[in-house]
Amino acid sequence: MSHTFQDIKEAIKTRFGEYVIAGENTALAQPQLIVKTSLLKDVCLFLRDDKRFFFDQLSCVSAVDNGPVKNTLEVIYHLYSIPFHLFFVLKVEVDRGDGKEQLPEIPSVVDVWRTADWHEREAYDMYGVMFSGHPDLRRILLPADWEGYPLRKDYTEQEYYHGIKVAY
Amino acid sequence: MSLLDHKFGQGGIVVSQLEDVLNWARLSSMFPMSFGLACCAIEMMQTFTSGYDLDRFGIIPRPSPRQSDVMIVAGTVTFKMADRIRRLYEQMPEPRYVISMGSCSNCGGPYWEHGYHVVKGVDRIVPVDIYVPGCPPRPEALIGGFLKLQEKIRKETLVEPKAVERFLANHKSEQPVV
Amino acid sequence: MVETTSQLSEFGMILLFIITGIVFVLIGVAVAALIRPNRPNIEKMLVYECGEDAVGKAWVNMNARYYLTALIFVLFEVEVIYLFPIATVYGDAKLDVATNGSWTIFSLVEILIFIGLLFIGLIYVWSKGYLDWNKPEVKSEAFVSKVPRNLYEAVNKKYSETHS
Repeated sequence: MSHTFQDIKEAIKTRFGEYVIAGENTALAQPQLIVKTSLLKDVCLFLRDDKRFFFDQLSCVSAVDNGPVKNTLEVIYHLYSIPFHLFFVLKVEVDRGDGKEQLPEIPSVVDVWRTADWHEREAYDMYGVMFSGHPDLRRILLPADWEGYPLRKDYTEQEYYHGIKVAY
Repeated sequence: MSLLDHKFGQGGIVVSQLEDVLNWARLSSMFPMSFGLACCAIEMMQTFTSGYDLDRFGIIPRPSPRQSDVMIVAGTVTFKMADRIRRLYEQMPEPRYVISMGSCSNCGGPYWEHGYHVVKGVDRIVPVDIYVPGCPPRPEALIGGFLKLQEKIRKETLVEPKAVERFLANHKSEQPVV
Repeated sequence: MVETTSQLSEFGMILLFIITGIVFVLIGVAVAALIRPNRPNIEKMLVYECGEDAVGKAWVNMNARYYLTALIFVLFEVEVIYLFPIATVYGDAKLDVATNGSWTIFSLVEILIFIGLLFIGLIYVWSKGYLDWNKPEVKSEAFVSKVPRNLYEAVNKKYSETHS
């Protein structure tokens, strides 16, 4: 009994109300549902524990930087239900911030799926997205004292790191 | 090894310089601390095992820098790893050599243009004796690198290492006037 | 070689060998100390920790259970050692004949009393828990999944059937 994207969207609307959905993108092969940032954790908990869906696996947390002109940054959650073989894509859009002092903040879903721990650390490391409620938010791929968030569109390398020249 | 070949047929007495014997001993038993970082490590493993056997040259991999003569930097050197490479190089006892294996440790390799996290060549961190090009270099290329290193060691002197001599010769003007 | 004209006894030969052996080793060590490069610096003398900074000292607290186990072992080992001469004396045929067979009964009872007392000690040590080893506590995870088991079983079954 396979549920479609629209079924899951209706279920979320019934549970939380119309205002939780900030948009959707059905033109893609994997349709995405954009939800309000503040209700992200509740929606994730609902999706994980609901008897029709049981989205028990968070496959991936990715981030997309739309550049300083559009000034948005999206964090995308790919969910999979092992019992029912269902796929779902949740998205959250936030303001970009400047990559130095002002960093975007998103509630962390570590309490929902433990695997989000390292995925969110990577998103923080590469894009500078702060996850509130994360138990241990620090850099995971780059050295701990690296400056800047490399996958942002306006990133420039630092000159020297520990006395070693960075550029070619 | 050539000096000993000549002497063996003549009554069983070998006469040689201490430097030659020492250099011969050192080049015939180089123990690498293999620094397998990335894909070049696979080729290095292949060179160590029976396909291209490095043991016949007296080259046995050692796990610790304290017990090794040569450090093979095989693979991409990231900035996170750079501190550790420097410290491990410092912890090797003299005489020590470094072989840079593969494009990434020679010059940054395929990450030279956009790799913000890659050190563009391990010679920015440690002094390198031999560069082995390739991506990854074939086992024969790594063996060739070792043979070149053996030639380099053969020409060393005991009294003062060549590198120090050259350095002092080049920087004569900077030496303090006593 | 045993020659009466030689000043050197057998022990003298061995002493010569020992001295020669020590001298050979010392020559090797002295030559190595002369030839090898010796350039210590602070970073070279650091403790090896795969390139990282070492945390804490290498001296750690020893588990006290090792001492307890060794102590109890020594006690019962001494008991076993005592059993050997008892066994020799117990089987002595001459004494047996001399006392008309009561020697065997006497020594058997004596052995049994000896072992019995130490056995009471063993029971005491065992029941007090001095022979137990400290095993680390296994903490179970606090998370309990709401998904019923049979759904996962169905998934396993589906994949085992298609791939078998």
